[in-house]
Amino acid sequence: MAADTGREKKKEVVIKIRGLVNAFGSKVIHDHVDLDVYRGEVLGVVGGSGSGKSVLLRSIIGLIRPREGTIEVLGQSTEGEIEGAAMRRLEMHWGVLFQEGALFSSQTAAENIQVPLREYTAMSQELMDEIAEMKLTMVGLPPGTGDKYPSELSGGMKKRAGLARALALDPELLFLDEPTAGLDPISANQFDELVKRLQKALGLTVFLVTHDIDTLRAVTDRIAVLVNKKLVIGTISELRQNKDPWIQDYFSGVRGRAALASEEAH
Amino acid sequence: MTSIEAVSDEPEAWFKLDRDGRKLALGGSWTIGESARLDRELKAIKPAGGVLEIDASQVSRMDSAGAWLLLRTRRALEAAGAKISRFSLPELYQPLFENLDQERKAEPHVSRIPPGFRGRLYKIGRATMHAWRQAVSMLGYLGRVTVETGEAIVKPKHNLRIPAMFAQVEETGINALPIVGLLSFLIGVVLAYQGADQLERFGAQIFTINLLGVGILREIGGLITAIIVAGRSGSAFTAHIGTMRVNEEIDAMQTMGLNTVDTLVLPRIVGLVIALPLLTFYSDIMGLIGGAVMCYFQLNITIPVFLRQLNEAVSINTLMVGLIKAPVFAFVIALVGCYEGFQVERNAASVGQLTTRSVVESVFLVIVLDAAFSVMFSVLGI
Repeated sequence: MAADTGREKKKEVVIKIRGLVNAFGSKVIHDHVDLDVYRGEVLGVVGGSGSGKSVLLRSIIGLIRPREGTIEVLGQSTEGEIEGAAMRRLEMHWGVLFQEGALFSSQTAAENIQVPLREYTAMSQELMDEIAEMKLTMVGLPPGTGDKYPSELSGGMKKRAGLARALALDPELLFLDEPTAGLDPISANQFDELVKRLQKALGLTVFLVTHDIDTLRAVTDRIAVLVNKKLVIGTISELRQNKDPWIQDYFSGVRGRAALASEEAH
Repeated sequence: MTSIEAVSDEPEAWFKLDRDGRKLALGGSWTIGESARLDRELKAIKPAGGVLEIDASQVSRMDSAGAWLLLRTRRALEAAGAKISRFSLPELYQPLFENLDQERKAEPHVSRIPPGFRGRLYKIGRATMHAWRQAVSMLGYLGRVTVETGEAIVKPKHNLRIPAMFAQVEETGINALPIVGLLSFLIGVVLAYQGADQLERFGAQIFTINLLGVGILREIGGLITAIIVAGRSGSAFTAHIGTMRVNEEIDAMQTMGLNTVDTLVLPRIVGLVIALPLLTFYSDIMGLIGGAVMCYFQLNITIPVFLRQLNEAVSINTLMVGLIKAPVFAFVIALVGCYEGFQVERNAASVGQLTTRSVVESVFLVIVLDAAFSVMFSVLGI
């Protein structure tokens, strides 16, 4: 059950997971996992490599069908066969940023952003161009980026462009899969700040899968840790009290301490 | 198409310019679902000039598309000479609006390609230079491969990878037997049928066999096999090597000191040079069988008669002329396939583009070479 930190008490639940079981063959990844994500919060999901962070994300957005359990996103269950209209309705309300940005490589950055616009709205080409340019500036990309192909963009720029595309339809819910992986620390910091700023400005609910303890500290309200096929949920300070060896190691290891010390210094 | 408008259950967005053009009031849900309509309607606003008040306090919901439309309208009004005296927006949406307002301060960018005739000229020039560079680089690659092939043959120590080579023979040769066999058989059938149809007018049906023998052995067998193999294996070479490039496997090999020509290119070239002549011979036989079957049913020429006439029509030279071309075709197909694979850039579209290009180029080169062979043989009187 999600740990109630008090201030989320009355908040609306936008993602609700009950008894989720994911397994590949005989290897169990998630063993009866429960999770609530509240509107307007940033939830960080951490865990060791191969602990099933991405699998959790992919089962929430319906890319993987779980073996057992229920998943509801914005009141719509995503774990079963979702028929066309309901799925599309959901897709309009969420944006997903995949690890490498997953931009369509045959289209320019601006065209990438216009893909969902063209699919779901009746906008004129002129307005779509304006919106694409606006989204690109919103994620901090310099003018002229819209005409570039993904192969001409650096890793950080690709992620920003991917974020712009995820935000194209002004979703309520944003899924980020390791947004800062592969970025240098400065770009990673900038990306964290960007996510935080956009989250505030657009009132987003963010589901953030990450390895990066700096990102956790900078951006998240609550953290869900995947250990031993289960989720342990709490704020950073709550989790530091946890006795689980992996969690201890993660938050109290050299890197964890350094990141948290810099928080205390602030 | 499900449109976003259809699923939104929010109050409609509206705006109203009062009669004397002094106050623009707006409200409702200014979201992306309404933006297409708002976009059209907002453009029709004609401000009276002078002082204007914008009152957005009744907006119940606003997202970035809506905020952008409002911002754009405000800018357009200001540019048209209106002075905004008061601007009110619910506090909730202040951060979003301000965010957009300060971010859009960048100057408009200029496209690299000039418009009109000069742009077209620019594109032609760019394509020409691209083709030229491509030709030069391919020639360079041909040189490198030739040198390394030569080295591998002269001192075949470790760099000739025999198992990899035979894996290629299996993949490009043995696995291609069904498709090559079937198509050659059908070509033989078609050729015999069409030939018989025409030659019948002279009462010279028996010469259908000459047509078949010379046509298939000299030209068609080799050509059809080379084209099938270019489509089947040349494309596979490009896609395989290209995907390895996308995954940085090629880079990894280079850092380990593995020579990519030795490990990837030579086995493919040597494998195909072995496989294609054998395939061509097989194709010749299947084509003749197809022709013989057709002759038997259509012209009532029995198999012994067919063989006797064939023996008179063709000599061992006819077969050799066809087969001698096969290793050359094989070399070109494998070379182009591997070369284009190495040209792949790190994106998915690139693999597809270069695979297409590899097939087009190798089929093109095969046909050009075939023509060159024909000219050469006729000069030599073979």
